[in-house]
Amino acid sequence: MALIELKEVAHAYVARPGGPEDYALKRLDMVWQDGAAYALLGPSGCGKTTTLNIISGLIRPSEGRVLIDHRDVTALAPRDRNVAQVFQFPVIYDTMTVFDNLAFPLRNRKVDRNEIRSRVHEVAEMLELTADLKRRASGLTADVKQKISLGRGLVRKDVAAILFDEPLTVIDPHLKWLLRRKLKQIHQQFSTTLIYVTHDQNEALTFADQVVIMDEGEVLQTGSPRELFENPRHIFVGYFIGSPGMNLMPCRIDGNAAIVEGAPIALGEGIAERGRAAGGELVLGIRPEFLRLKPSAEQGNVPVSVLLAENLGDFKIVTVSLGKLTLKVKVPEDQEVPGEWAYLNFPPEWTKVYADGRLVE
Amino acid sequence: MPVLVIVALSTIIPLMMVVNTSVQDIFGPGNRVFVGTEWFEEVLSDRRLHDALRRQLTFSGLVLLIEIPLGVAIALAMPKRGWGVSVSLVVLALPLVIPWNVIGTIWILFTRPDIGLLGVLVNGLGIQFDHTAAPLDAWVTVMLMEVWHWTPLVALLAYAGLRAIPDAYYQAARIDGASAWAVFRHIQLPKMRGVLMIAVLLRFMDSFLIYAEPFVLTGGGPGDSTTFLSTYLVKLAVGQSAPGPAAAFSLIYFLIVLGICLVFYRALQNVGTGDKR
Repeated sequence: MALIELKEVAHAYVARPGGPEDYALKRLDMVWQDGAAYALLGPSGCGKTTTLNIISGLIRPSEGRVLIDHRDVTALAPRDRNVAQVFQFPVIYDTMTVFDNLAFPLRNRKVDRNEIRSRVHEVAEMLELTADLKRRASGLTADVKQKISLGRGLVRKDVAAILFDEPLTVIDPHLKWLLRRKLKQIHQQFSTTLIYVTHDQNEALTFADQVVIMDEGEVLQTGSPRELFENPRHIFVGYFIGSPGMNLMPCRIDGNAAIVEGAPIALGEGIAERGRAAGGELVLGIRPEFLRLKPSAEQGNVPVSVLLAENLGDFKIVTVSLGKLTLKVKVPEDQEVPGEWAYLNFPPEWTKVYADGRLVE
Repeated sequence: MPVLVIVALSTIIPLMMVVNTSVQDIFGPGNRVFVGTEWFEEVLSDRRLHDALRRQLTFSGLVLLIEIPLGVAIALAMPKRGWGVSVSLVVLALPLVIPWNVIGTIWILFTRPDIGLLGVLVNGLGIQFDHTAAPLDAWVTVMLMEVWHWTPLVALLAYAGLRAIPDAYYQAARIDGASAWAVFRHIQLPKMRGVLMIAVLLRFMDSFLIYAEPFVLTGGGPGDSTTFLSTYLVKLAVGQSAPGPAAAFSLIYFLIVLGICLVFYRALQNVGTGDKR
């Protein structure tokens, strides 16, 4: 199978990189566990596709090494690595039938005819393509074409990792769900390592065991969807994950509390001192899901004015203003929302402090 | 309304005059006899016309056989990025923008055995080469001139077709382990189908109608050896002062070209719908 390691990999698309801004992918050390399903999540231009192409060999990194099962493959061409890739744009060979499309990678590797036939039938059945095998590939819909692209990756016996570069972008929404389920089934059946690049957090969070968040060429955090949600290590992760994202408030530390717009907010044990020690720009973060909206001013609740309450079915999103800041709170559907004034309670275990973007812990 | 007037003046009226001439025998001003299909019959059984047609078809066939593969090969070799792109495009376009009779003149000089660069070179190598003397030499020169002149068009069209192929195809082919030949056969050639059909249509039509360059180069000679259809037509109309047969033949010529256009047009339509998915 495939343990993929990226050691000190960095990549710049320009010939002679001047400074960090020339690097599409900044210094990265990563291990992709064998058999796990990863989502590479981040906004456009953050380096996800570059990372993927370095793993599959379509790009040779400016710096660093790529190892697959402890073998240095940095100099190996894509066809010699045990890696398949599915692209955003469904790639099929128009002039060939579906069968020939699926057989193509095997024929290029001079596999025996009978084995080709059995492998193709096996993969076609798994992807529900058996009825289309004799048809010309050019006349089919986008989702079938993507299945064929996926099939070309699965048909090779040696494939240990499959990389996906936003493969569902051109697929109709109601078919996306079916294809995603198919991908999960394949993962369970084959235990290949899957790396799935997307900019859609819902896709990432439902698909993957581990999510890797990238921004501006750097990996900000790797963890399970739950870890990313409950303990974001970077402001960007807090803000990007979750709908709506984390509330972020500039603050300063005074004693054992953070001061936001003049209001003191109690912090967890030791956070205040470590925040002071870390220095730099301090930001307080808490997710709308963890903020509590209270009607009264008990112990340390912060007064805010209520601007807007939106009922979204199971819950409501209340927008409040604290001084110059606008915050959002998620409250259960049946909780009453005060008309003009209310109080916010910040549970210390969910209140995070970030120094220069990074979590203070 | 103004458009109708212009079209009428520039197309319909001259066309009607040709039709008129093709069905009459004109002995002098005011002295004409309606002869119906006599000119058409005479023209269609004219042996020299058949020879010219044979030569024309050979010529057009050779043109396609050489220019299309050569143009595609050039397009494949052209750079995809950087300053080389503009340079190659300009260099390729140069032969296309020279006036056609100037091209004929260039090649006359170029192949002259006494002062032409190519002529002197070839004769110096011991091969007797004079395009005004031997039919084969004349043909070789005409073909060289034609290929030099028009292959860039095919190359430019093919290049445009190639540039339109998304990168993902090439990337997927690398992962599938496809050889360069497989990439050409399964990705590049199929995706260039539309563009190549246009190239074939244009080159066939243009070469079928060709007049200026070979006429300037060889005048149709030596003898009759490079007299193609249009040259023959002009000889009939002007040289022999036989407006009747000439008019009849030009109508036939026109209908042939129109017919070929229709065939290619239909083929293009099918290619178009095929690519839409």
